[in-house]
Amino acid sequence: MTLLTMSHLNKIYNGNKAVDDFNLEIEKGEFICFIGTSGSGKTTTMRMINRMLHQTSGTIKINGENIAKMDPVKLRRKIGYVIQNVGLMPHMTIRENITLVPKLLKWSEAKRNEKAVEMIKLAELPEDYLDRYPAELSGGQQQRIGVVRALAADQDIILMDEPFGALDPITRESLQDLVKDLQERLGKTFIFVTHDMDEALTLATRIVIMSHGKQIQVDTPDNILRHPENEFVESLIGQERLIQARPSITTVGQVATKAVSARETQTLKEALGEMHTKRVDTLLVTDDDGVLRGFVGIEQINQFYGTGKEIGDIMDRNIFYVKEDSVIRDTVERILKRGFKNVPVIDHDHHLVGIVTRATLVDMVYDALWGESDKPDNTEAGDKA
Amino acid sequence: MIAFFQEFGGQLLLKTWQHIYISAIALFLGVIVAIPLGVLLTRYKKVAGFTIGLASVLQTVPAMALLAMMIPLFGIGALPAIVALFIYSLLPILRNTYLGMENVDPTLRDAAKGMGMSNLQSILQVELRMAAPVIMAGVRLSATYVIAWTALASYIGAGGLGDFIFNGLNLYRPDLILGGSIPVIILALIVDFLLGRLESLLTPRTKQEGSH
Repeated sequence: MTLLTMSHLNKIYNGNKAVDDFNLEIEKGEFICFIGTSGSGKTTTMRMINRMLHQTSGTIKINGENIAKMDPVKLRRKIGYVIQNVGLMPHMTIRENITLVPKLLKWSEAKRNEKAVEMIKLAELPEDYLDRYPAELSGGQQQRIGVVRALAADQDIILMDEPFGALDPITRESLQDLVKDLQERLGKTFIFVTHDMDEALTLATRIVIMSHGKQIQVDTPDNILRHPENEFVESLIGQERLIQARPSITTVGQVATKAVSARETQTLKEALGEMHTKRVDTLLVTDDDGVLRGFVGIEQINQFYGTGKEIGDIMDRNIFYVKEDSVIRDTVERILKRGFKNVPVIDHDHHLVGIVTRATLVDMVYDALWGESDKPDNTEAGDKA
Repeated sequence: MIAFFQEFGGQLLLKTWQHIYISAIALFLGVIVAIPLGVLLTRYKKVAGFTIGLASVLQTVPAMALLAMMIPLFGIGALPAIVALFIYSLLPILRNTYLGMENVDPTLRDAAKGMGMSNLQSILQVELRMAAPVIMAGVRLSATYVIAWTALASYIGAGGLGDFIFNGLNLYRPDLILGGSIPVIILALIVDFLLGRLESLLTPRTKQEGSH
């Protein structure tokens, strides 16, 4: 069920279109990142959701209900809100800060205290911090409180406006872990504004890329890395990250090398000759159409040599293969775990298209860790089938 | 000294009481008008410049002239004095309230609104708390002014310690002048001290007790 529907949102400031025909449907439990350069309209769009800003035209619906018809104060109490500068009330203790919205909702004091304890545990901070004031906590700790404060009244939607932008990289990472964990554990829906692509790729289930008020691309992190819509998206992702991302999005077909194969109707003599010239100990066997049938090793050929049998009679039909469009990331582990030296690659009609060797995988890892520039010479990737 | 007290002691107490009474009412009215007005101005910024400008103009009218101008309106006595002093007390409180509210970290206002505080809740629970030290500074300034100028109110028959001073001037009696001015100074100092205590009570705590 669609939790949040944003349709044809426009926001015009002094004749400038800050947000230009924004459309998005968000499912419950999604983690949406709005990303873009400054002035792209990402924060403006987010702030329309809790009516901190009012759109020039267009509608936003939560569970099918138009928010323009709701009381903005009541609406905001149902939506968590985390901002870059944390915004903890300096004159309130951590306990009072965490339970600010529950207090506005007139929860009993006992219930509020219970919630405060629950929340400080979620924030992974000691319980005695509840009686401290924000100024006595570090920046990262304050934002942890800022995050759980947005959850304390069981809000289903949490808006976050560059919440970790002011934190150092290590603190930021630990807070990203916290948020990701909360999302997965509590099933809340997050809408997260950032200008940090790494952050978006780590956290989001879907990324909305914005520029000059327009949506450029809305997709999963994988798809954005795999198929950047245009040069702007590519530059936002950054060349470095596109390369780094290769192992995760490259398909098997892209890295497969040419396989050494024989047809099942060939004789063992021919097979042995082929092995000798290509200097391999195993041949993949196909039928006349190139469909993969099995494989034959030097042991079998040795055993049956001179019996007048064809390759097809003695080959091993029990063969492990991968499809050419499967992603390397998912394949690597299977290849490595099973201890295969190499794995044939087939297309949808089971035609043999190539082979992935352990050496190919070494190349992939090497590229990812050392970059493209000093790629080793591919001819050295030996151990052909 | 002792002779002075023997002769004027009773009168001194009475005049001091009148003095306190006039200043306190004027200041009290100033506070209950200027603070809400200052808060309101932060919500209607278009009229803020004009209103604060108007209060500044009123401030430039010489105290004596303002007191005299009250006579056609309210006659003589304590009432016109209270009205005039009330007008004087407005500006420092109004300006400090406005500035104090304006200087509240916009992040806090944004957070308060974003979490679902109504406008009034944001003002009462967040903004006024944050602005309290600045507002109190305005109140203290006004209090000192009002206590000093209440001495002039004797001129339009309001009573107070000004009676001693004016009598002293007319009769050339330095002891009466001093007997009027010294209590005014002491009164101003005591009130300022008490308001200072109030200010630190109202200043929001941001640290645990005993930790610093």
